[in-house]
Amino acid sequence: MPRDGPVRRRTRNPSLVLGGTIAVAVVLAALVSLVWTPDNPLAVDPALRLAGPSGAHLLGTDEYGRDVLSRLMAGSQVTMYVGTLAVLIAVGVGLPAGLLAAQRGGVVGQVVLRLADVIYGFPALLTAIVLAAAIGASSTTVALALGVAYIPVIARVTRSNALVVLGSDYVLAARSYGRRPLAILRRHVLPGIASTLIAQTSLLFSLAVLAEAALDYLGLGTTAPTPSWGAMLQDGQNYLGSDVLLTVWPSLAIFLCVLGFSLLADGVADRRHDTDRHPRPTDSAGET
Amino acid sequence: MTGLSVRDLEVSYHGLPLVTGVSFDVRAGERVGLIGESGSGKSLTALAIMGLLGVGLVAHGRVTLGGEELLAAPDRRLCELRGDRISMIFQEPATALNPTRRIGAQVGEALRAHRGLRRRDLRRAVVDLLGRVELPEPERYARLYPHELSGGQRQRVMMAMAISCRPDVLLADEPTTALDATVQAKVINLLDRLVDEQGCALLLITHDLAVVSQTCDRVVTMYGGRVVESGPSADVLGAPRHPYTAALVATAVAATLDGPARIGHLPTIPGSVPAEGRFPSGCPFRDRCGRAIPSCTVMPADRRDGERVVACWNPVADDTDAALGVRESQPEPSAYPVSAQPEDPR
Repeated sequence: MPRDGPVRRRTRNPSLVLGGTIAVAVVLAALVSLVWTPDNPLAVDPALRLAGPSGAHLLGTDEYGRDVLSRLMAGSQVTMYVGTLAVLIAVGVGLPAGLLAAQRGGVVGQVVLRLADVIYGFPALLTAIVLAAAIGASSTTVALALGVAYIPVIARVTRSNALVVLGSDYVLAARSYGRRPLAILRRHVLPGIASTLIAQTSLLFSLAVLAEAALDYLGLGTTAPTPSWGAMLQDGQNYLGSDVLLTVWPSLAIFLCVLGFSLLADGVADRRHDTDRHPRPTDSAGET
Repeated sequence: MTGLSVRDLEVSYHGLPLVTGVSFDVRAGERVGLIGESGSGKSLTALAIMGLLGVGLVAHGRVTLGGEELLAAPDRRLCELRGDRISMIFQEPATALNPTRRIGAQVGEALRAHRGLRRRDLRRAVVDLLGRVELPEPERYARLYPHELSGGQRQRVMMAMAISCRPDVLLADEPTTALDATVQAKVINLLDRLVDEQGCALLLITHDLAVVSQTCDRVVTMYGGRVVESGPSADVLGAPRHPYTAALVATAVAATLDGPARIGHLPTIPGSVPAEGRFPSGCPFRDRCGRAIPSCTVMPADRRDGERVVACWNPVADDTDAALGVRESQPEPSAYPVSAQPEDPR
């Protein structure tokens, strides 16, 4: 049974490769920065204020003389933390809710859907701003607000895809040989909706990165001096006239990260359709 | 071994009855054929027995398996019975198998659920089952995905799943309809043999009267959601009493190779099965029936004659040539759309 080699699959799906590479790079940068950065991202050096790129500081220094590259790397921690926590909350609540709505239908399903509508009615950024005002600005507050705001998205995607699987003949067959609802969810529904869900999660992650940067830029998220891309952008804009690179670097980081995770989402979705379109040829030998 | 008993089964969709007053028995080890055109309620009856009706469909009446009432049973109990004591083979093996899971894993599901088999034991049982449904190289087939199998092979896999726990009753809903004609006979023969080996009772839903006459002890004809005739298959198919059964037999006879030459034309049943809720009052078949008489506007009571039951006011007499009687008393339909339009009696 010849399977498609990795090379062939990759060339057919550039989004997956490019998006995956960028996503892995960002994750790696965040992980590396936990143990090593070129310089201490918090170390202030007045002598080196607004120094341009040099051998010692590859991307230059900011208005306090802090190493920009180190701050970018350390800033990815916040990005990863907020994105991951937001997505975990969204999936952790949205997935069970969506499955429940699909499996039970009726009143339970309607209640879940209407609750999702209520949450959906609040814009994510507004929720985050209100929450920051209420319980104080922090990365966790941002993640919480974004996570809650994304619950309905995951719940709806889960429900609509689960309904398709639950309505299939093979689920009817599974019920006919005595499988209980939970076993059907685990063996048929979850594997069936996994790729869609992964794509959706990746997309939400990129949205969370963008929203987090925006909130940090507004000063409603991560608090100084913890480095974050949005805060760096805000600091840098004071020097737009003299030192434009200070805003270019964090913008580029945000742009690449968002692009990477949305491409990854696209790639996963494409891969799913790709396998749908090209089933392996039927082996008709043996029907004797 | 236990049998299945259906009494006054009614299936309705938001108050609209789709199946009405259906009663029949499938005794232990017995094979019963359930025949009728598409839309007669055969599949609904099977799904109601399994407790697998879709959303909005409600079943009333009594369905008992070895004396245990099924319709009122809690879901938990039904999950225990389904696949273990009673199981079902579906019409479309292509869609009844999960395309993303290997054959072996799917065949083992019932054994996993009901017998608690795991790993080595499960794998051995699955390979054994695949061998019993005559798949070549069962070990290799257990590792394949459904799309790598042909239609006939997939239906064999479905059969392996259905018999894996040695059920008392097996429901087969048109198991060969989706298959090539050349494969149908093989699959039916296999089903016949498996049922024989296991001694389980079989309810075979089919359009193929030849299959019924070969494999089934008794036959039940359904039309318009009702049982119109039942009895030993040789008697019912040899000398049908209900005009509908007679018409089915006539079309089946004509569809044989020498049929058209012998009869001179291909008989059809005039009209078509009306949409649900559009059946005439009284006998559901009366607007398509050549023997309809005024009293047909009232639903006929069952007439019993030993094993045979027929629900008709004007049954085909024993002395007429049943296969041809209906067609002769029916004028040639002048234009298809006219005869296809069911007359609204009200």
